[in-house]
Amino acid sequence: MTLEVRDAVVRYGAITALHGISFEVRDGEIVTLLGANGAGKTTTLRMLSGLHGVSGGQILFEGQDVTKTPAHVFTTLGIGHVPEGRRIFSQMTVEENLEMGAFARKGSTTDDLERMYETFPILKERRKQLGGNLSGGEQQMLAIGRALMGHPRLLLLDEPSMGLAPMVVETIFRIIGEIREAGTTILLVEQNAAQALRLADRGYVLENGRIVLSDAADLLLTDPRVRAVYLGEGAES
Amino acid sequence: MRRLTESLRTPTGRRAITSIATMAVVALMTGPSGSATEPTAGPVGSYGERVSIFGLFAGPRWFLFLIFAAIMWGVWTLWLQRGTQLRSAASMALTVPKRGFALKPVRLVFYAALIAVGVVFPHVVTSQYWQSVMVEQIAVFVLLALGLNVVVGFAGLLDLGFVAFYAIGAYATAWVTGSLPTPAPFGVHLNPFFAIPVAIVLVMVAGILLGTPTLRLRGDYLAIVTLGFGEIITIFANNLYGITGGSYGSGGVTGKHGIPHFSINLGPIHYRWTLNPVPYYYLTLVFVIMFIVAFSLLEHSRVGRAWTAIREDEVAAESVGINPLKYKVMAFAIGAASAGFAGVVTAAQTIFIFPATFTLQVSINILALVIFGGMGSIAGVAVGAMVIQTASMYLLHTPPAGYQPADLYMYLGALLMVTMIFRPMGLIPSRRRRREITLAEAGEGHMNEVLTGENP
Repeated sequence: MTLEVRDAVVRYGAITALHGISFEVRDGEIVTLLGANGAGKTTTLRMLSGLHGVSGGQILFEGQDVTKTPAHVFTTLGIGHVPEGRRIFSQMTVEENLEMGAFARKGSTTDDLERMYETFPILKERRKQLGGNLSGGEQQMLAIGRALMGHPRLLLLDEPSMGLAPMVVETIFRIIGEIREAGTTILLVEQNAAQALRLADRGYVLENGRIVLSDAADLLLTDPRVRAVYLGEGAES
Repeated sequence: MRRLTESLRTPTGRRAITSIATMAVVALMTGPSGSATEPTAGPVGSYGERVSIFGLFAGPRWFLFLIFAAIMWGVWTLWLQRGTQLRSAASMALTVPKRGFALKPVRLVFYAALIAVGVVFPHVVTSQYWQSVMVEQIAVFVLLALGLNVVVGFAGLLDLGFVAFYAIGAYATAWVTGSLPTPAPFGVHLNPFFAIPVAIVLVMVAGILLGTPTLRLRGDYLAIVTLGFGEIITIFANNLYGITGGSYGSGGVTGKHGIPHFSINLGPIHYRWTLNPVPYYYLTLVFVIMFIVAFSLLEHSRVGRAWTAIREDEVAAESVGINPLKYKVMAFAIGAASAGFAGVVTAAQTIFIFPATFTLQVSINILALVIFGGMGSIAGVAVGAMVIQTASMYLLHTPPAGYQPADLYMYLGALLMVTMIFRPMGLIPSRRRRREITLAEAGEGHMNEVLTGENP
């Protein structure tokens, strides 16, 4: 079991954002968290990467309790985080950004850089350019590449398709599939439910800080409730 | 006896002997200085007069130096045992990517020429006034600006109480040289050279103590806390009458002897700095060059990259495994070190120090130097400090008609405004800042997102 979340409660002051959610990500899986805006998807990922504290419950990573671990330690544990809005270092070059991804890790980065440039050929072309001058899709690739530089065993992806053209989204999702093929477990938070479910093995549906549905991805894809709310069909309900 | 000689032949024994011998030499060299008439006169004036062998065992000094020897032995042994690990950790922290800091021959010549100009300068400018300005107002402020640049320019933290570290450095010097109303630690009066490590350790500890709780704060809050810290230190210096001499300065009301000048007593070599500013100028020139080299290396090191990452986007920095608090505290402590250095120089050169030297105005002045020179740019900050300090000292020396000394800050403010309008990145902008501003103008980067509230 790569990741296990048990009854996690997260509060922002007096407001409870997550009312005790439980889910799990098994080795080698792609699991997706779906939900509308404000359902608690991003809060879940912030909690998982230590950016926001947990008021109750437990988080286990590979059997180890990481509930109280501070954010900057997660990379060393083997959890990579691709934050919402990409958050690349816009004034560093592409190559510097990638190198920053290996900051917490010992050893040379040369091989990893080569590997990243193989996965993302466009980044090789742009390697001397500033992160801030890249297009949205390129920035997303850079953010993913940066997280991969830390050799994560679990990759947390927060809204990788946000604000990107459909063609670019295709590419990003293809790459996410490739990353899983290469042996990295993935937890994907997406608004683009159809695409996420087609790629994922299993999915959870969040609503108002609670998990209301969980099933295999292909079953969720055909589930009438999911279709009604997230896939824009049956709008009359 | 035989067992003793045998045990001394082991590597551990040899290290112990070398440590004790080294510390004995240091003890002999430093001598019990602090006499009011001849603080650092060398063998004859100091320990030669003592009854015991070279005065080594006079007073509690021998015990202190024995402790130093034990520490040296301990560090040495530890280094040999754990050295490889420490070395790899240190080299990892200080790795400088080659392309980041390639010293081209052209630049090398340029730097050599700059140093040559610096060396010749006091022979060109022979006015007493300007020579002492070069030390007291320019070199010292370059040191201070370089230190604040690490905090403001590299790590992006606003420190409005930087003068606190300057004051701590100066008062630490007065303390360990035995020139404060309060007795020196262990009754040992050190040469100001030996005050340097003490001052640096003290300011770094102060930086860590101040930084650890407050660096969790952001932006304006941090500025207010540091502002308060600067004021607290000045108030302490003013009010702890029995310890600092209060507003009478380090000499106290009794006019105790002043802080000794720097001096070198190395066997037959004796050299003592005096009130003549030129030798002090060369000494501070060496310090300034040292700090410029050290901070340039630091800027391109792993630590420097961590600072850049934090300055650009703290959340992203955390997501790649940077502990923001740790690196911010480091910036505070490292920046403080150069202020401590400046404090030592000021204390030794001016003989008496007063709380009135360490006011909020000085903090603001240093910050103005950094902003004018170009935040994050070492060359810019150094040149900016020279330009502004020279200008303000010129106004003080040869005031135009109707000029009052208090007008200075009005002109400085106007200068800063003009700089901000026409050269927002400072006199000599750093490469990275230049990028940041151009990107911000193009509407890129996270600053923009923060402003538009896209990514709270």
